[in-house]
Amino acid sequence: MKPAAFEYHAPKTIAEAVALLAEVAPDDGRILAGGQSLVPTMAFRLARPAHLVDINGVDGLDRLYLDGNELSIGACVRHAAFHRPVVDGRLGLLLSSIVRHIAHYPIRQRGTFCGSLAQADPASEWCLTAVTLDGTMTAKSVRGSRTIGAQDFIEGIMTTALAEDELLTEARLPIPPDDTRFGFCEFNRIAGGFAVAMVLAAYGLKDGVITRPRLGVGGVETRPRRIPEAEQALEGRSPGAQAFRAASAAAAGAVDPMEDINTSADYRRDLVATLTLRALESAWS
Amino acid sequence: MNGKHDITLTINGQAYAIRVEARRTLADVIREECGQTGTHLGCEHGVCGTCTVIVDGAPVRSCLMFAVQCDGAKIRTVEGLADGEEPHPLQRAFMEHHALQCGFCTPGFLMLAVGVLEREPDIGDEDLLDILSSNLCRCTGYANIVKAVRAAAAQMRRR
Repeated sequence: MKPAAFEYHAPKTIAEAVALLAEVAPDDGRILAGGQSLVPTMAFRLARPAHLVDINGVDGLDRLYLDGNELSIGACVRHAAFHRPVVDGRLGLLLSSIVRHIAHYPIRQRGTFCGSLAQADPASEWCLTAVTLDGTMTAKSVRGSRTIGAQDFIEGIMTTALAEDELLTEARLPIPPDDTRFGFCEFNRIAGGFAVAMVLAAYGLKDGVITRPRLGVGGVETRPRRIPEAEQALEGRSPGAQAFRAASAAAAGAVDPMEDINTSADYRRDLVATLTLRALESAWS
Repeated sequence: MNGKHDITLTINGQAYAIRVEARRTLADVIREECGQTGTHLGCEHGVCGTCTVIVDGAPVRSCLMFAVQCDGAKIRTVEGLADGEEPHPLQRAFMEHHALQCGFCTPGFLMLAVGVLEREPDIGDEDLLDILSSNLCRCTGYANIVKAVRAAAAQMRRR
């Protein structure tokens, strides 16, 4: 099918973009960034926005840089920017391994990190990353600018804290301490398919025991979240099979999995157990 | 609402000054306004990869971009691969390795693989497999497509 007619706007600055968005948002105006989710939705006529504000030409939104102890990711930074490590150390390697799970190479040339956050698909790898690593989002509008923590930003399936006149201009990921280890594990049925379940684990080591554990689960509930029960099972324990199994059981017990035509809640729960174990082992190895 | 935009698409080095509605995808405009029908349209929602073209050096799904977004961009399609009568090494490899049957998906596979090999000539076999998983072939020709792309990659590295 073909998208329905819309009016196209191509602002050059953030100020122009938010002014345009404020004007057209009440008339079903939307932001167009990478378009890799929006355009297919329009092709199916599930979305028929009357206006699109294309931010691809907006100055400065393609910036990806280290700002002190945070990685700043502008609204137009493509997934493909992460194919090679964008920062030294384990975080850059982690992001380059996660990005390979996002759709396919040509999609990653257009789709954006911030677009994934704004789309808030429960199976989004970047939503899980932002939530697990305590990312923050900057939303701008003619009314001003505000910063929103990832867990508050993602409210549910395809639902975010963004008001209709707000533009997500930037996401920030704090750089974890150097000794932080990461493990990411995702299950899906076909290459490039949506995650049926995925787990991101991070922890440091102090005096031989696990410290600062983070265990995030995505694709399982309506939004990604950290699982405190699993983190408690890791804190202060020696890394190894015993602690990892305890965390895996705790994670599986704590989630309230979604069901769909192919996947029962029990199956997703089993996946959480297995993926948690694998993510923790992969962080350790 | 139905305002049209005057844009110029540069396809395989040739400029096309055209007037299009914003809702028209790059894929449709390449085929209809610019008459370059080598680019095929399969699913029209970004899944099959048949419409893959190279925009400013990056292989992308042309059904997931609006033509108006490509004003001034350099676009390459399958028509631009051959050098006169001489096929591109990848086109020749596709012939030699029987990498096509019906040929519908072929332009997309060619532009995907050329786009990647030009940027990453030393890409490993495993990464290449991952990249070729981007596109669909329904004649079950993947094994030969992989063979052809590997052979062309080796030849392109030698040149």
